[in-house]
Amino acid sequence: MDTSAALKPENQSNRPRTQSTLEAVGITKDFASLRANDNIDFVIRKGEIHALLGENGAGKSTLVKILYGALQPTSGEIRWKREPVLIGSPGDARRLGIGMVFQHFSLFDALTVAENISLALEDLLPMAALQTKIKDVSAEYGLPLNPASVIADLSVGERQRVEIVRCLLQEPELIIMDEPTSVLTPQEAEDLFITLKRLAAEGVSVLYISHRLEEVRTICHHATILRHGKVVAECDPQQESAARLASLMVGAEIRELNASPMAEESAAIGLSIRDLSMPKPSPFAVDLHDISLDVRAGEIVGIAGIAGNGQDEIFAALSGERLASNPGSVVFNDKASGHLNVTARRESGVAFVPEERLGHGAVPGLSLSSNITLTRHSTGDRLVRAGVIFSGVAKMLGIRVSETFDVRKGGPDPEASALSGGNLQKFVVGREIDRKPNVLVVSQPTWGVDAGAATTIRQALVDLARSGSAVLMISQDLDEILEISDRVAVISKGHLSEPRAAGDVTREDIGLLMGGAGEDGEGEALAH
Amino acid sequence: MAFLSPVVAIGLTVAVGFVIFMVIGIDPLRGLYVYFIEPLTQVWSLQELLVKAAPIVLIAVGLSLCYLANNWNIGAEGQFTFGAIAGSALPILAPEFQNFATLPLMLIMGIAGGMVFAAIPALLKIRFGTNEILTSLMLVYVSLSLLDWMVRGPWRDPKGYGFPGSLEFSDAATMPILVEGSRMHLGLLLAVIVVLAGWFLLGRTITGFKISVLGQAPRAGAFAGFSRNRVILITFLISGGLAGLAGIGEVAGPIGKLDVVISPGYGFTAIIVAFLGRLNPLAILVAGFVLALTYIGGENAQIVLGLPAEIARVFQGMLLFFVLACDTFILYRVRFVRPRKLQTARVVDGHG
Repeated sequence: MDTSAALKPENQSNRPRTQSTLEAVGITKDFASLRANDNIDFVIRKGEIHALLGENGAGKSTLVKILYGALQPTSGEIRWKREPVLIGSPGDARRLGIGMVFQHFSLFDALTVAENISLALEDLLPMAALQTKIKDVSAEYGLPLNPASVIADLSVGERQRVEIVRCLLQEPELIIMDEPTSVLTPQEAEDLFITLKRLAAEGVSVLYISHRLEEVRTICHHATILRHGKVVAECDPQQESAARLASLMVGAEIRELNASPMAEESAAIGLSIRDLSMPKPSPFAVDLHDISLDVRAGEIVGIAGIAGNGQDEIFAALSGERLASNPGSVVFNDKASGHLNVTARRESGVAFVPEERLGHGAVPGLSLSSNITLTRHSTGDRLVRAGVIFSGVAKMLGIRVSETFDVRKGGPDPEASALSGGNLQKFVVGREIDRKPNVLVVSQPTWGVDAGAATTIRQALVDLARSGSAVLMISQDLDEILEISDRVAVISKGHLSEPRAAGDVTREDIGLLMGGAGEDGEGEALAH
Repeated sequence: MAFLSPVVAIGLTVAVGFVIFMVIGIDPLRGLYVYFIEPLTQVWSLQELLVKAAPIVLIAVGLSLCYLANNWNIGAEGQFTFGAIAGSALPILAPEFQNFATLPLMLIMGIAGGMVFAAIPALLKIRFGTNEILTSLMLVYVSLSLLDWMVRGPWRDPKGYGFPGSLEFSDAATMPILVEGSRMHLGLLLAVIVVLAGWFLLGRTITGFKISVLGQAPRAGAFAGFSRNRVILITFLISGGLAGLAGIGEVAGPIGKLDVVISPGYGFTAIIVAFLGRLNPLAILVAGFVLALTYIGGENAQIVLGLPAEIARVFQGMLLFFVLACDTFILYRVRFVRPRKLQTARVVDGHG
């Protein structure tokens, strides 16, 4: 195989020639019959930004948990500054000098920045002293933060700063960052990169886990690539193309999306949102303000935006989980539908895929065939007759969806929770596309899904649109939006920008809109 | 695996029963024999077992639907009582109305009474978000007081020498006996039918599907287009109706009139049965017999060993406690953690 294909001679690399901060030697971790990590060796040097690349399920999370003390390896050794150590718990890791910034923030919304940080510190500081310390550290590293702000009022980027500052207060020598930019605007990501480079220059090592090959190529000095629990390559990412890195991760050349010409201007409007406004349902949600958007048959319109800017609220208003006060504010196929419930909207040929697979799009404890019944009980598939469920029909549909969308599963009809994230996502998307809906509203179609499954899903969305359906895709993944959308709109604080042709917008345009430049009266100057 | 916890729970109950008998100075083996085995050795006590199991099973099937949908109706005793009062109105107020329609009408009125009484906590939950555990439980005491007042006041038998209790029901207003010479009545047959119907409803119908989806994942249920409020109302109505049916079945069956006390706590025992039967109607049938045995065994222990009547409650309580405890220990791992002292990570000896 190509295990050593990407190995580069040392002297050509950008890698700092320093001593190792942390060394993993032959780390193996078994979960029952599954070997999640197989004899992994790698070295993180002092002052380097070291990328850990791999698809979902490649063993990255397991390895990180072992380094952070949350899991114990079945065999193998970790050396900290060339001394073998046992990292028995995250507390041990912190005391050694290993800090971690998690992908999903662990902050209490109702508490202030300083209170949240104080909860994580082992020795209690007086609140005033802590506030000063937070201010000092955040100013020093270009991470502006007000210690007295309440977390709920902060943007996602600011929340991440809280996590990073919390980590820095413990004066770590190694910082592990799990998908740090997945929730940031391009500008916020740039700021983060500056901070990381600064930390590296001071001799702090960074283990950087990401799917985003472009940014790995920009900031990382060295990359270790995992596949199926093994190290398949080490390389200098700055000397490799993104395509080459991706094929090392996936183990095969990524299939190019097969996009055909988009719909004509005159095509019928499948979904029309007209001046949709809705008050927020809970204190931590977002109000929707005068949202208007048309999606024509044959096109994919992408809604970009940072999490928590009204995406969930738009989805609920379109799916009918929340009803609009004015029926005409949501129109499917020329039929005012704002007052119709979910089932009535489905009956008129509209399909929905929510962001959360488990607990929203599917019931974890029910079989796949029951989960087919979940959204297709009254869509003309004859799954339910006179109130009685005919599970044989649902099973057949389940098999059809699984075959068409390559859903890999343990048994013929397992529980939804037994599927991996990517396979369940293919199932949930496939369940709706299999209906051949005339309008599809899909949120985060490839969230947390590996590259292979993501390609399958995106191709299915493109094919659906080209066959004449109107597709509205809400996504935080800018690459995905730019890859398959025909037009792009950006949501920020409950306002939706004018949609623009995807070919005419740049990442910077979208980034500015994400930051609120598109809202009336705000940041007009930024727009140009 | 699903039935591991009830089996372990029964084992633990017997084991603790062994200790209790020992502590109170009764030969534990003899105690357990009198309590759990002897009732199974005689025809009359086996028949009594079935008579007691019928109302418990009827109520527990309804409760299982409620609990699967996350509606914690614990007021079945009240719905049982109110159903009994509603169904008894016919033979008490119109004693001359005696024909083939008398009993069916009474059963329908009993079911309706239970439904009305269960609709109160359901509507309160839907409209105001009240906690149904509190409202349904408090209504139990309302219905018990109402029964007490009715049979001592307006509905007291004028020929009853001043004793509380209604007149004796006529034959037309009494549950037909299934086996001549026993007390086994139509209610037993109804219980079996209800078990089968409940099993079909849960496993094969869209209504049962809504119940389990909304119980397990409310958000997915809303996404499926299922109405949470409708399911709250339906499950409460079914369970109230079945409790009401059990209630009228008791007063029109073994008791034969509306009396001051018409239940030894069937509505509460049925909660234990529902959990012991894993909220599965077929298993509830079996669990119903186990709990009926604790009643019969308790009576036997009073007669043979001179133990107080509360002994049955002790065994029932232990059973529920152990089922719930076993569920916890099977589904969760309990770890005892000490707050850690500050210390540096250990460096392994002998290396480096």
